[in-house]
Amino acid sequence: MATLTTDPIQVYKRPVGLTEVHSHYCPGCTHGISHRLIAEVLDEMGLREKTIGVAPVGCSVFAYKYLNTDYVEAAHGRAPAMATGIKRVRPENIVYTYQGDGDLASIGMAEIMHAAGRGENITVIFINNAIYGMTGGQMAPTTLPGMKTTSSPKGRDVEMAGFPIKMSEILATMQGSSYIVRRSLHDPAYIRKSKKAIRKAFETQVRGMGFSLVELLSTCPTNWKVTPYEALQFVEDSMIPVFPLGDFKVHPEIAKLKV
Amino acid sequence: MTKKLLKGNHALAEAAVRAGCEGFFGYPITPSTEFLEYMSSRMPELGRAFVQAESEVAAINMVYGAACAGKRTMTASSSPGVSLMMEGLSYIAGTEVPAVLVNVMRGGPGLGNIAPSQGDYNQMVKGGGHGDYFPIVIAPASVQESIDYTMLAFDLADKYRTLVYVIVDGNIGQMMEPAEMPPMREIPTEAPDWAVTGAEGRDPIALSSIYIDPYDEEVTNLRLLKKKLEIEKNEVIFKEFFMEDAEIVIIGFGTAGRISLSAVREAREQGIKVGLIRPITLFPFPFERIAEAAEQAKSFLVVEMNTGMMLDDIQVAVKGKIPVEFYGRLGGVTPFPDEILSEINRINENPPTDPNLDARADWVKRLEKAIEGSN
Repeated sequence: MATLTTDPIQVYKRPVGLTEVHSHYCPGCTHGISHRLIAEVLDEMGLREKTIGVAPVGCSVFAYKYLNTDYVEAAHGRAPAMATGIKRVRPENIVYTYQGDGDLASIGMAEIMHAAGRGENITVIFINNAIYGMTGGQMAPTTLPGMKTTSSPKGRDVEMAGFPIKMSEILATMQGSSYIVRRSLHDPAYIRKSKKAIRKAFETQVRGMGFSLVELLSTCPTNWKVTPYEALQFVEDSMIPVFPLGDFKVHPEIAKLKV
Repeated sequence: MTKKLLKGNHALAEAAVRAGCEGFFGYPITPSTEFLEYMSSRMPELGRAFVQAESEVAAINMVYGAACAGKRTMTASSSPGVSLMMEGLSYIAGTEVPAVLVNVMRGGPGLGNIAPSQGDYNQMVKGGGHGDYFPIVIAPASVQESIDYTMLAFDLADKYRTLVYVIVDGNIGQMMEPAEMPPMREIPTEAPDWAVTGAEGRDPIALSSIYIDPYDEEVTNLRLLKKKLEIEKNEVIFKEFFMEDAEIVIIGFGTAGRISLSAVREAREQGIKVGLIRPITLFPFPFERIAEAAEQAKSFLVVEMNTGMMLDDIQVAVKGKIPVEFYGRLGGVTPFPDEILSEINRINENPPTDPNLDARADWVKRLEKAIEGSN
């Protein structure tokens, strides 16, 4: 006969990988979710005390205050170069960058392409919210056609300002890449999938298999000038059609992994 | 140990290896390229990190990363490449991590040319990048000095957690002369306690140049300034020759100083009381020694391979006490000893008396005449 117990079972807790401070992120911003997913994955893999993060310039410039690992703060766009320097002299550490779309797809285009090209054994968490957040909502390289920003006030005119850049698709063409996927943070099911992708990206690095990147479609209610709920809807309705979710390159060894 | 015939760039690179450099990150540029080529085989054979970066911008940020990881690290480049590195250098200074840069200077501005120059004096000595910071700047004048001062550069970088620039012109990077290598130093097994190594059994470390509260940044700027004052007190290096009874004193650094020495020797043989001070650290600058020499000498002649960048610092030290004259060659032209000797002769025959003479304007007239004559 089964014994009934009244002892509480903890099913949910703050990851050790997150510090206990209030963040500066706006209400409805998904940076908090991606931070938490990284922290959970590093906890579960037992990597927190081996990890060195590289923070970007942008809204997540203070990521090092929230993620409970060693951290360095890079110049705008240079995180993959800085991560390269760290990883090459400390190959025993886990090194990852956390970068937004302006950082990674605009000013840091050379650094990200060549880190992937070299098959640099680092992990990149790429937050794509189609806008420059920290400077107050300017057009990003990933801003959608027709999307209004403070520097495309009439909506992004592709005749004038070109088209959104699809980084995962581009990076998947690099031979040095082993794991390139795009996920989204706009609802719980997609958040669970995002976490699995982050896990696989770090598994790629642990196995020494080269460059891994997870692009996460994210929100910016403040600069999109919508409510948090409308922002989640915008990801679903407008961003995913331009930035389709999916696996763009997955090394067969990583595809076999059950996480 | 015996002397071997060594090329400047190779000697600089091997000295860095022997000083315990564990990460080299660079991008090819004439006249510094042999440095990178040498490191591309030498570093991997020792199991150390080498990356040919996609740009100088990336190279210096790789150095920044390796420096934060607590390893001795460096890059080598030449003038236009160093301009591209200014962003990363400012971040390294702001984060107070040690790193070494070798700048094998060439003619500029812009693309300029690939001939030897000292035109980066201001960029190197006065900071170059944005914000208040003070890299140590060392200017060797031979292959041997390049070796010795590259070793010292790593020690000073660690001692003060600062940037150290070793600046030579293309002559020294490219030339071969006999020099002796010091023995290989042992690599420390433990990382410095400020470095990011993974927060195993300790609180996490965050290394950053961001101080969002201006009061915090002010404290940081003050700390950097105090470091500068400390460095000025402890680390001045210069060499002097024939100074005991010198009435005319030549001042030049690097190649310009070395060529001046040939002229000074020749003038001494003619019985002219001329001496030479060759600053080796350009920051900290030997202000005190220069000021002292201004008490003894009747006039100074500053010789440089630029438009008189160090001249400004000399004038600060002299405070208008004696006339200071200038002789420079520009744009990648190296002066011959004869040119400096004829300057010494001119000063000896017609000693300048006006301590407020406009050294640069007077020299421009002489140089223009010389350029016209040579065409």
